[in-house]
Amino acid sequence: MSVARVLPITTSAGQGAAWQHRAVLVPRLAAAALLLAGAIWAVPGLADDYWLSAILVPFLILSLAALGLNLLTGFAGQLSVGTAAFMATGAYTAYNVAARLPDVPLLVAFAAGGLAAALLGALAGLPSGRIKGFYLVVCTLAVQFFVEWAFTRFRWFSGDNSSGQVAVPALRLGGHLLDTPRAHYWLVLGVVGALTWVARNIAHSELGRRFLAVRDMDTAAAVIGIPVLRTKLLAFAISSFYCGVAGALWGFVYLGAFDPRAWELSRSFQVLFIIIIGGMGSLAGSFVGAAFMLLFPILMSRVASTLLSGTIDQGTLSNYQKIVFGALIIFFLIKEPLGLASVGRALWRRVRVWPLRQW
Amino acid sequence: MSYLLETLLGGLLAGIMYSLVAIGFVLIYKSSGVFNFAQGALVLFAALTFVSLVERGVPFLAAIAVTAAVMIIVAVLVERLVLRPLVNRPPVTLFMATLGLSYILEGTAQALWGADVHGLDLGIDDVPVSIAGLRLSRFDLIASATAGGLVALLALLANRTRMGRSLRAVADDPLAALSVGVRLPRIWRRVWSLAGLVGLIAGLLWGARSGVQFSLTLVVLKAMPVLIIGGFDSIGGAVVGGLIVGAAEKLAEVYVGPIVGGGIENWFPYVLAVGLLLARPAGLFGDRTVERV
Repeated sequence: MSVARVLPITTSAGQGAAWQHRAVLVPRLAAAALLLAGAIWAVPGLADDYWLSAILVPFLILSLAALGLNLLTGFAGQLSVGTAAFMATGAYTAYNVAARLPDVPLLVAFAAGGLAAALLGALAGLPSGRIKGFYLVVCTLAVQFFVEWAFTRFRWFSGDNSSGQVAVPALRLGGHLLDTPRAHYWLVLGVVGALTWVARNIAHSELGRRFLAVRDMDTAAAVIGIPVLRTKLLAFAISSFYCGVAGALWGFVYLGAFDPRAWELSRSFQVLFIIIIGGMGSLAGSFVGAAFMLLFPILMSRVASTLLSGTIDQGTLSNYQKIVFGALIIFFLIKEPLGLASVGRALWRRVRVWPLRQW
Repeated sequence: MSYLLETLLGGLLAGIMYSLVAIGFVLIYKSSGVFNFAQGALVLFAALTFVSLVERGVPFLAAIAVTAAVMIIVAVLVERLVLRPLVNRPPVTLFMATLGLSYILEGTAQALWGADVHGLDLGIDDVPVSIAGLRLSRFDLIASATAGGLVALLALLANRTRMGRSLRAVADDPLAALSVGVRLPRIWRRVWSLAGLVGLIAGLLWGARSGVQFSLTLVVLKAMPVLIIGGFDSIGGAVVGGLIVGAAEKLAEVYVGPIVGGGIENWFPYVLAVGLLLARPAGLFGDRTVERV
């Protein structure tokens, strides 16, 4: 059975008659505008500093990385466990640009990080022209280990400082110093929002359709004239760009000071789990999955501390968290292979025609 | 010259240890097409269970028997709770399910037995022995003899028994095997049990070498390039792949490492494997697949 029957072809609003088009598009745009307005003004008003800097900022950054991986894995069908390596490349490139060329604006440094990661991604994707599936997973694993080693071994990347720790310069945007959690949140929200919009357009463009064709069956895609290797390489490059920017944000805004251990293999798996739980091939799923990934451990330790109040230590708890997490992943793969995003969609369909049922 | 030979042989012997992990992996891939990332977790689970039993005063052989029984129970549970509900899903889904499984196994092993490092003494002294003027580790020699015996046993099992035949039939064509009455769930249970038992042996040897601890799960990462080189579906390939990786890793460490500043053993086998993949996309011994639209 091919992946095609499992993952949905995301249909755009552009199909069907014009009245239908408007009927779908207007509420969607309104919903998106409402969501954005809420994220910009309401959320920083309601959330305290802890929520902003310890939950919302990493949530948005992980969502961005998941978005990148989703473009590659969920849309173009190329499984990768090198996400953390691309994130590290983005962070270190952005750091070197920002530290060595102090006049370069912050966003340009982030973009440079993304571009460097994209370059590495395209390079990592080269073998995909010849090998597929699990063999490709091992290629991305090779990139992961090589990058970890290179950033640890060559001190030049961390500004020749002996500890290997990198402290990022102060964040400035057009003359303003960004030093409050709220400013950090807005910065991340701006970058993630803009890139999400681009990702949405990629998904609905001809390129996005090509990704789907390659994912569903690349031999068939080649037969109908899609340049398979070029499409795969583009998928790798675009995905890695997203991961690179996410890595730069993670290092600059969330961590502030970092070393290569921030991007070990487990981070790659974390992002992979986000898109499994959130929904492969769904952009919204990247956000839902990231929220789940961050909130679930907090929820679990809260529940454990209220129910068992102190009889359980941190180590044991983290073991149980691991078990529950593993079980959840298997549960999702069995019961809801399209992730939380599809649960949400189904719910929305029910709500929209309630109390009637859709045919 | 004799230094080169010693390095080479040391590498080959260490490579056998990688093969041990890779064999468990190949067994599962061959019979069910599952890329089992949880093999490392199985190794840890088996070794930790065994060591904890021994530390609680269970005699050596009894501990082995109990651990083997536990591994079989794990296999039955995996078949019932993971493989059966996911039947007919794409291979990638099953791979991700084994990622979840490895979390469960690691968490369970440590929740049951704690996260301390345990020493494991199999009664084999790691003393250098001299053979034809070359100094080799006795432990490595015994480990490679074990691996060799295991491969011979598995080959015998696959070629001479009824179970081995049905296993090969499933590997060849699951649908055809089903239609002649091979019971797939049973095969899966047996293969996962076998992989668990191979994991136990690998866990004992690895544990004796480097202590039974969480880092045992990382041997699965060492086994990846071995699998790539040998092909996912060949037990002989896993052994040859292990030898190549072990030897290349040691030689590179000694002769290339100093040039780039050392520490290359984590990624060098991967680069070797990817290079080989580009030349032969199905590994040295893997089956070539023909794609049809």
